[in-house]
Amino acid sequence: MLEIGLSHYLSLAAILFTLGVFGIFLNRKNVIVILMSIELMLLAVNINLVSFSSFLNDLAGQVFAMFVLTVAAAEAAIGLAILVIFFRNRGSIAVEDISTLKG
Amino acid sequence: MNNFNPVEFSAVFPELFMAVAAMVLLVAGAVRGNGLTAFISWSVLATFAITAMFLLGIDWDSRTVMGDMFRMNPFTGFIKLLILAGLGATTALSVRYLYEEAMARFEYPILILLAGLGMMIMVSANNLLTLYVGLELQSLSLYVLAAFRRDNARSSEAGLKYFVLGALASGMLLFGVSLVYGFAGTIDYSAIGGSLATFDGMPVGFMVGMVFVLVGIAFKISAVPFHMWTPDVYEGAPTSVTAFFALVPKIAAIAVLMQLLYGPFGGLSAHWQQIIWFLAVASMIWSALAGLVQNNIKRLMAYSSIGNMGYALVGLITGTPQGASAVVVYMTIYMIMTAGVFAIIMCMRRGERAVESIDDLAGLSRTSPLLAYAMAILLFSMSGIPPLAGFFGKLLVFQAAIGQGFYTLAVIGVICSVVAAYYYLRIIKVMFFDEAAEPFDRQMAFAKRAVIALSVIFVLFFILKPNMLVDTARHTASALFSG
Repeated sequence: MLEIGLSHYLSLAAILFTLGVFGIFLNRKNVIVILMSIELMLLAVNINLVSFSSFLNDLAGQVFAMFVLTVAAAEAAIGLAILVIFFRNRGSIAVEDISTLKG
Repeated sequence: MNNFNPVEFSAVFPELFMAVAAMVLLVAGAVRGNGLTAFISWSVLATFAITAMFLLGIDWDSRTVMGDMFRMNPFTGFIKLLILAGLGATTALSVRYLYEEAMARFEYPILILLAGLGMMIMVSANNLLTLYVGLELQSLSLYVLAAFRRDNARSSEAGLKYFVLGALASGMLLFGVSLVYGFAGTIDYSAIGGSLATFDGMPVGFMVGMVFVLVGIAFKISAVPFHMWTPDVYEGAPTSVTAFFALVPKIAAIAVLMQLLYGPFGGLSAHWQQIIWFLAVASMIWSALAGLVQNNIKRLMAYSSIGNMGYALVGLITGTPQGASAVVVYMTIYMIMTAGVFAIIMCMRRGERAVESIDDLAGLSRTSPLLAYAMAILLFSMSGIPPLAGFFGKLLVFQAAIGQGFYTLAVIGVICSVVAAYYYLRIIKVMFFDEAAEPFDRQMAFAKRAVIALSVIFVLFFILKPNMLVDTARHTASALFSG
């Protein structure tokens, strides 16, 4: 029988984190997908923190995870608000339309 | 720890005062609406002044308070004073600008206040959790500020870009923090440093965590290759916000970097020196080359700030008190020069509209000679020409690097600084020798005059009393190494 240990949790978190990072860079369609990728990264970090916390018998990691959840909510709210004003100005939230500024 | 201790309380008093002031002003603004913008702006400025007085009034002895989560020492004290000065200058500069650009909403000064609070907290952090919360309070306020002109496509695009890349950076930093926590078993700065000593050989996870943390902070100080957001955000954001971005968050992020690298990661200096070396060289070279082809002055200032962070990293890499004090001096001088330059950029208005291309400065020496001479002095100083202040900042940084045997780094730095001088000197050439363009609008707010005058006076007369700043910096930097 396979014993689920710390390394499994860490691998899962690392995979989710990588998916989040790639979601930001490879996605060419929609900014909402970028916001979801950011959430995915933060949740991957939470898996890391909680599994370390349980492995080390130390509460700091779980407290940290609660803070991360709170900040992630604030971050999503601000991201969506900025996205709304961007949409009002440009009428689009396609990633390729974020291109007025360059040089 | 459980008893209320007034001495302990005093160390966090400046931050508490700022937080309470922010909430009171927010309620006032919410009740009375945007008519109160000017009043709230000046109240925020007064808050910074009072906080600075509290900060000067409390004891700066090295200690940790609030269950070791918060640190007070001469270094954090001095950096916080610097941050407050920068915050005050940008708030004063932006009041008139808000009305000129028809974006006078009361949230603006309150967001600056909250961002400042976040920076003060992250500089005083003695714990990765405090660091993270302070950093996010700062970043979230900055995202909103970048998009503050919400009816403008460029400003909202700048805000969106900054948000996406900033959130990515925070995610990286956080992933690194989680790994450091897991492998060191603690989130306390000093305990992390202590746990490093007990390891027999370095765990790979800890190294990876440290690299991720460094990447996150490199985004915040916009070191190449993590600088992509900087030019776009600087160009798109309202100019008063750009001035704020250039002045203050950089200082806070460099201070955090120094505390992390000399504190918890101090035992790994051989490893992080390679990373910082690469960041410094890439930032200096890239800013010198990309700056050559810019035509928008805000974009140019973005590349200039990228390069300046590269020079600061040259001092930082040494890991000695001498190098650290050179960084503190460099950042102080950088902040004062940039404040002056941005005050002048904010004077570039023609027919009630802001203009921001370098050609708009043409013939400024004939239309408004005082402004042109002030700009010339500040730009000479930025390109590092003696006897102006900017020269001494670079001198100290390179001296520290050579003292520790970083010869290649110092040589690359000097060469880049010569190349970068071209784009500063080009502006001076445009101002003094080109066909005069239409003059700028005449009226100048008192705050702009005051900031320009103070910064020019500092740049010109720094040479007479350099030791005042250098000795203070040496004293504050030594606190980083005394444990």
